[in-house]
Amino acid sequence: MKKVKVSLTFPPSKVTFPLMTLLVRNFGLEVNILHADIHLNRTGKLIVELSGEEESIDKALQFINGQEIKYHLFNGMLTWQEEECVHCGACTSVCPSRALSMSAPDFYLTFNKEECLVCGLCIKACPLRLLHLAHRGNETA
Amino acid sequence: MPVKTIDEINEKISEGKAVVVTAEEMIGIVEENGPKKAAQMVDVVTTGTFSPMCSSGAFINFGHSSPPIRMTRVWLNDVMAYAGIAAVDAYIGATELSESQGMAYGGAHVIEDFINGKDIRLYAESYGTDCYPRKSITTTINKYNVNQAYMFNPRNCYQNYAAATNSTDKTIYTYMGTLLPQFGNVTYCTSGQLSPLLNDPEYRTIGIGTRVFIGGAQGYVAFEGTQHNPGQERMPNGIPIGPAGTLALIGDMKKMSTSFVRAAIYEKYGTTLFVGVGIPIPILDEDMAVKTSVSDKDIYTNIVDKSGKTSFSQRVSYQELRSGFVTINNKKVPTAPLSSMVKAREIAQLLKMQVQKGEFLLTMPAEKLPQNAKPLNKLDVRGD
Repeated sequence: MKKVKVSLTFPPSKVTFPLMTLLVRNFGLEVNILHADIHLNRTGKLIVELSGEEESIDKALQFINGQEIKYHLFNGMLTWQEEECVHCGACTSVCPSRALSMSAPDFYLTFNKEECLVCGLCIKACPLRLLHLAHRGNETA
Repeated sequence: MPVKTIDEINEKISEGKAVVVTAEEMIGIVEENGPKKAAQMVDVVTTGTFSPMCSSGAFINFGHSSPPIRMTRVWLNDVMAYAGIAAVDAYIGATELSESQGMAYGGAHVIEDFINGKDIRLYAESYGTDCYPRKSITTTINKYNVNQAYMFNPRNCYQNYAAATNSTDKTIYTYMGTLLPQFGNVTYCTSGQLSPLLNDPEYRTIGIGTRVFIGGAQGYVAFEGTQHNPGQERMPNGIPIGPAGTLALIGDMKKMSTSFVRAAIYEKYGTTLFVGVGIPIPILDEDMAVKTSVSDKDIYTNIVDKSGKTSFSQRVSYQELRSGFVTINNKKVPTAPLSSMVKAREIAQLLKMQVQKGEFLLTMPAEKLPQNAKPLNKLDVRGD
């Protein structure tokens, strides 16, 4: 069993295409939608977690490619230099999954790795440049 | 009717008897005891803020070389500093960008490196004069070898600020952070109920000459800040809605700490400086007890469209902004701060301890900040 996070970009002509159903039915994958921004006649974005046999995932990605839908595999992980952080909150403004969050009453930044989509938006949003992409298994890279 | 004077409060501080609380603690004290009793109980309320403040920088006097140079152009770590003053004086501004690294490094980083005690590469040029014959110099400076280095920030501590959003279909990159398309987020930048000028909204105790905590050192209010706009629309409680008063601050940079001064980069905008400021407010009377008990629910601002494409404006309280979401066009929109409450509280607490220990005495302003002023100038475009 393998699990991957994928970002999908649908051209306006493909936003009504039932891709998720096909991934489940034809490739036996388990699909977890993490973030969706889909509107009729506009470029759509979807971030999903796919679980299944490695071969099935590879075939599914080839299938997606053939549908003019662009995909991007998130194979890194986010690291945070917490000791340097000033807890300003700028990164939370762009985090789609709220993996980076702060709330009343203390307003300390918290980072929930499990929720992170590895979309990378926060990396450039951090004014102190304390968030980095690292390869999995090498958090300090 | 005055309850006490600043001199009386300072006497209590010197005797170690002053009652000092933070602006957040004051909210509960006034709620519980009423302002009259609170004014008798509390002597000093401490405030704090830690925010990006672009209008910041520092004057440095490097010392003379032999033969001497009248520096006309100066670079510190490849960041240009203004040298159109005396021979070896220069002003390094926070937002000036590196000529070799662009937005990855700027004047703010030079300041942070300087405070950290690092060596800074100085390169200067000149046309050479009879009295200053040298035409260029390359050397290193640091906080241990320069004569003076003082932060002089023309505009700090904005009294309230507009919150930002983006109505367009594209992400925009601003000094208010990354703003996502179609009202995708809202950012705001103040420590609200802990913010210095929101706790003295009519500038009764904060004025020219007021001693302040700045970047970990003790400094002073040098003057009204640039764009000081006391005439901003105000709530019945005197709190302005949006940008109003500002302070020009001065402080010895050699005594500062990077715990309270940090360089920042805003994507596709440039560099700026997080400056930590705290101001103690003397509780002279009941009115100051009321003013310092202000809470986020009483402070309002407008959310504006930073794309400049629409005149969208929505009034909102900081209590709503701090809840994590606001509603715009019937849509729940996430909010995020840009100013650190964690650091603002650290500063207010530290200042409270310093006042309690008698290390930080209060000052009577030498001059009041302007209470009224003409509206801010709008530049006419007269050329191509």
